[in-house]
Amino acid sequence: MASITKNEHKSYGMGLHDEVLTGRTQQTFFNPEEGENFFYNDAFDVDFNKRTSINVENLECLELNKKIKELMKKGYGTIVLKNPGAKHSLGVGILQKLNLIVEGSLGYFGVGSIDGPVVRISGRVGWSCAENMMSGKVVIEKNAGSCFGAAIRGGDLICKGSVGARSGIDMKGGTIIVGGDAGAFTGFMMQRGRIIICGDVGPNLGDSLYDGTIFVGGSIKSLGADAVEAEMTDLDVSWLKRKLKVAEIDKKIDFKKMTKIVSGKKLWNYDNLEPSERKGAI
Amino acid sequence: MCGIAGLIHRGKSTNVGGEMQKMLQSLKHRGPDSTGYALYGSGKSKDYILRFKVGENVKEGSSAVMEDASVYDSRRDEVNKQIHDIGAKIIKEEQITPYSFRYVIKCKDDLLELAKKIESVEMTEILSLGQSLELIKDIGDAQVVADQYSLNKFNGTHGIGHTRMATESGVDIRSAHPYWAYPFSDVSVVHNGQLTNYWNNRRALERKGMRFMSSCDSELIAVYLANKIRDGFDLEDAMRSSLSDLDGVFTYMVATKDKLGMAKDTMAAKPMVLYESDDLVALASEEVAIRSLLPHEIDTYDPYEGEVKVWQA
Repeated sequence: MASITKNEHKSYGMGLHDEVLTGRTQQTFFNPEEGENFFYNDAFDVDFNKRTSINVENLECLELNKKIKELMKKGYGTIVLKNPGAKHSLGVGILQKLNLIVEGSLGYFGVGSIDGPVVRISGRVGWSCAENMMSGKVVIEKNAGSCFGAAIRGGDLICKGSVGARSGIDMKGGTIIVGGDAGAFTGFMMQRGRIIICGDVGPNLGDSLYDGTIFVGGSIKSLGADAVEAEMTDLDVSWLKRKLKVAEIDKKIDFKKMTKIVSGKKLWNYDNLEPSERKGAI
Repeated sequence: MCGIAGLIHRGKSTNVGGEMQKMLQSLKHRGPDSTGYALYGSGKSKDYILRFKVGENVKEGSSAVMEDASVYDSRRDEVNKQIHDIGAKIIKEEQITPYSFRYVIKCKDDLLELAKKIESVEMTEILSLGQSLELIKDIGDAQVVADQYSLNKFNGTHGIGHTRMATESGVDIRSAHPYWAYPFSDVSVVHNGQLTNYWNNRRALERKGMRFMSSCDSELIAVYLANKIRDGFDLEDAMRSSLSDLDGVFTYMVATKDKLGMAKDTMAAKPMVLYESDDLVALASEEVAIRSLLPHEIDTYDPYEGEVKVWQA
């Protein structure tokens, strides 16, 4: 594995990364010149102006998810889900651009394993929303349950209300933005990416985090193991301003007074390990 | 996994049996082994409603022993004798299933002595004893149990219920939830999770004279709360102390004659979704259960770690 330096990646120059990576890493950043990397081989060519809706009331999750795929195959780029009724696993596995609008609430594992779509949910989501999300944008107007954005690797996941415990657990990239409060163990074992909590956070924030950054606007009940406070920089402030504007969160926040939490790297520092050494450590 | 649900109407009675049946049926996928209801009627009478069983429901998957149904009659006669001997009076008696009974009795307030006498009869277990609580549990899903015990027309103010996936004890009625907080009238508990210091707490409570009918960890919560109430704690304080005394991952609900409460462990490891309005509070392991009552768009949220809430009917 080659060392990562700022000069070697265009994405640094574009201001997309400001984490200071040290040692060796397996993380590879996308190259904006490789356009084909943005699409899966079996992605459908959809038109965002071609719009339709599905009544989910009498559909099982499997039926609904198949129906979304059929509509994308026909070129529909905007799909509205009506009466989702907090059913589980709706809208999962969408691996391409799509404008998905959910009029209502989702149950557990909603819009999981997605890569590319823009999802807007007018209600609430249950546990593990957008788990394993790779890219795209998900906006939730109300609250979210626990394990919000578990193991996401990219994209923007936004909850305008409050979220439960263990948000961003095991996340490996992307950004989670919460307009309200968050529960215990937020950012538990987080490995990359950023979490922004505008309100208060419960106990054990960032417990055992490997890397990544957590910003908190309100109070922090307690920090977890190896989570330490870091100094806010001007770059952080400008990034936060831009990110919250994009997330449509219009709370009055004094960005400079936000608390920045990073890893103390006392527990884990796998950037310094070769893959073979990492295996030995496990 | 298990699913729990509860609701409380503020200031009015409705068909709480039918509502709980809908909520629990929508949680069937979380626990198909058995279903239980703790329903609270008007509670205006000073007489006690006694729900008890003298045998087990033995079906496929059950860990109970098959018995000849003829033994149930003799056990029931013995229960009647014990009630009579202690000076209580049976006002009404109904046989709901071959092994399950509902009595209305007039008795003094010393429920411990009464309970001890009744449960001295072989294989007999009191499911509930109270002035408004009626606790029903059996093998099968919510629909099956509601039909079997005619719960769809039960009127009351509040109730809690449970769909059970058996993990640490058998598939039988005695391991099904809810649990009555023996020997306190009108207190019941449902629980989703695992308690890891079950035996330490159980031994301590048994030394204080509390009784256990099963080896299900959920029963511990009911007995624990009963012991705290006996020691003078009010419900909310008893629940708060449980958060530090009980170890493990859990979310539980407790109901009394006029209250409904919930508590979540300090790790928030077990789910709970809550809907609260001026006239109704509904809570469940999953929002689909609340949606079965309120299909329109509503605002719900997850209570946080270590949270205890109590609502008044």
